[in-house]
Amino acid sequence: MDILEYGFMQRALLASLMVGLVAPAVGIFLVQRRLSLLGDGLGHVALTGVAVGVLTSTAPVAAALVAAVLGAVLIELVRSRGRTSGDVALAVLFYGGIAGGVVLLSLAPRGQATNLESYLFGAITTTDPGDLAVFAVITVTVLGVVGLLGQRLYAVSDDEEYARAVGLPVLALNMVLATLVAATVVLSMRVVGLLLISALMIVPSAVAQLVARSFRQALYLACAIGLTVSVSGTTASYYTGTPSGGTIVLLAIMLFLLVSGGVALREVTARRRHRRRSEVHAAHPHEHGRGCGHPPVPHGDHVDYDHDGHLHAPHLTGAGVHYDEHGTHAVPAAPSPPRGGQ
Amino acid sequence: MTPSPGGAAAVRLQNATIGYGDVPIVTGVDLTIGHGEAVAILGSNGSGKTTLARGLLGLAPVLGGEVELLGAPVGRLRERGRVGYVPQRHTVSGAVPATVREVVSVGRLASLGLFRRLGATDRAAVSHAVAAVGLADRMDEPVASLSGGQQRRVLVARALAAQPELLIMDEPTAGVDAASQEALGDVLARVSAAGTTLLVVTHEAGPLTGVLTRAVVVDHGRISYDGPLSGAEPAAGQHDHCGPPEDLVVRGYRLDQPTVSARPAAGGR
Repeated sequence: MDILEYGFMQRALLASLMVGLVAPAVGIFLVQRRLSLLGDGLGHVALTGVAVGVLTSTAPVAAALVAAVLGAVLIELVRSRGRTSGDVALAVLFYGGIAGGVVLLSLAPRGQATNLESYLFGAITTTDPGDLAVFAVITVTVLGVVGLLGQRLYAVSDDEEYARAVGLPVLALNMVLATLVAATVVLSMRVVGLLLISALMIVPSAVAQLVARSFRQALYLACAIGLTVSVSGTTASYYTGTPSGGTIVLLAIMLFLLVSGGVALREVTARRRHRRRSEVHAAHPHEHGRGCGHPPVPHGDHVDYDHDGHLHAPHLTGAGVHYDEHGTHAVPAAPSPPRGGQ
Repeated sequence: MTPSPGGAAAVRLQNATIGYGDVPIVTGVDLTIGHGEAVAILGSNGSGKTTLARGLLGLAPVLGGEVELLGAPVGRLRERGRVGYVPQRHTVSGAVPATVREVVSVGRLASLGLFRRLGATDRAAVSHAVAAVGLADRMDEPVASLSGGQQRRVLVARALAAQPELLIMDEPTAGVDAASQEALGDVLARVSAAGTTLLVVTHEAGPLTGVLTRAVVVDHGRISYDGPLSGAEPAAGQHDHCGPPEDLVVRGYRLDQPTVSARPAAGGR
């Protein structure tokens, strides 16, 4: 693995590992809350922070963190005061953020590190050890808070009205979540860039929600997916010479398309199989049993009923009984009988 | 259920005005509901019955008068977990899948403070609540895989898991299949027998007539009838297409009367 011989790539991979893990752990609550674009907006706001950092020669990462957290708190305050004007207020804040960043950065004296592109689209290979330390602190903090308050954050994201009615501290929890988003935005800024941050928060969660059965499962799965696409995207970008952010996000989207295609295919075939089965049985809508006129035929561990030459196997479900096709009676050892019900 | 101290009413509204923003929807309402009563809040769409309930829950601001819950002003009730709430929602599922267990567990959070985790007692309460609504065998299935009626039962279980002293439900039977309505009736009968105060907002008490004993009819933001459910049935049983408000039964109650006394739940259930 020659990729690991370079210090900058080691740091890049470490950074992408942290980002891949943290972004979906926060993003899944945004997906649940149907606020997927909050990360995007806070990315815009963070740019003003970066610009202020560059202009005042303080650390851009720290300044971006402060700006994004302030933006996050402001957004929650606006949201909690009625929604109609909130929408416009958010737009003003978001676009004000990116416009402010662009203008302020252009004012920076020549020779400063004012590479706008590296903030917008990421520049993972410029991660220095100091950045890594900040990232590690953010990672531990965010994961710690999610571990501690995850169930409450889920409750508020799932049904805010209920949470308020039973006295959960809704505004505080929303602010915690928004602050976590802000921290994640800053963490991801280097890796995927401010314009693509939201993708890494949302797309792994979107993949996970297609296949998971529980929220916990979805959370773990999203983190695993985020980690995988982030590290493999960074690795791929090293070999292909493409920008890490775009590569990671494209990988994630490819995975999303693949999984949603698979899920759609599974649904279509299941529906078709069920329709075929019910069409066959529609001709005699009754429950098979003793004296129903269709002779019982033992079939493995159960009894089928011979209906005009093909076998019907009763399948008891919560919704009642339906009949699965178990091949034809003429050929008793029916070739691979279709599996029942489920 | 823990008995409430001092015998204060479960719900007490005095000349209460509730609304949204500055717009009053419910005006000058006096109402007292004693502990253990099972009350239907009836009324047509837009009558203000939901706003009345939301005022009790702190979801709609009290613009005037007094609203007390379990002996404390609504904004200052510290243990909100003593109040259970079943919102008027047809489905549970958010964007991300969640199991019945996960949704119902939320009911325990309010009593746990900000950081405490669910313990054995909480898990037992969750199992008990899910079993009570007849979904024990679906505990670890995604809520989205359940029927609409079953999803409503999950929301009821979430409220029951909190073991509330006062349970407020908004249209729990609307758009619910017969089996789920029946299951709900059974659950509420048991909960009520155990001493929980029930307050059910509905435009049709029909499926719950065996459980609810008292009816409060809300019309144009005021109470137009308060008495035995049987007395309110003929008018309130009609749906939203019923005639003008004057048609609603008003028996022995005038709006300008200052108070409506508490009526203990009729016995003999």
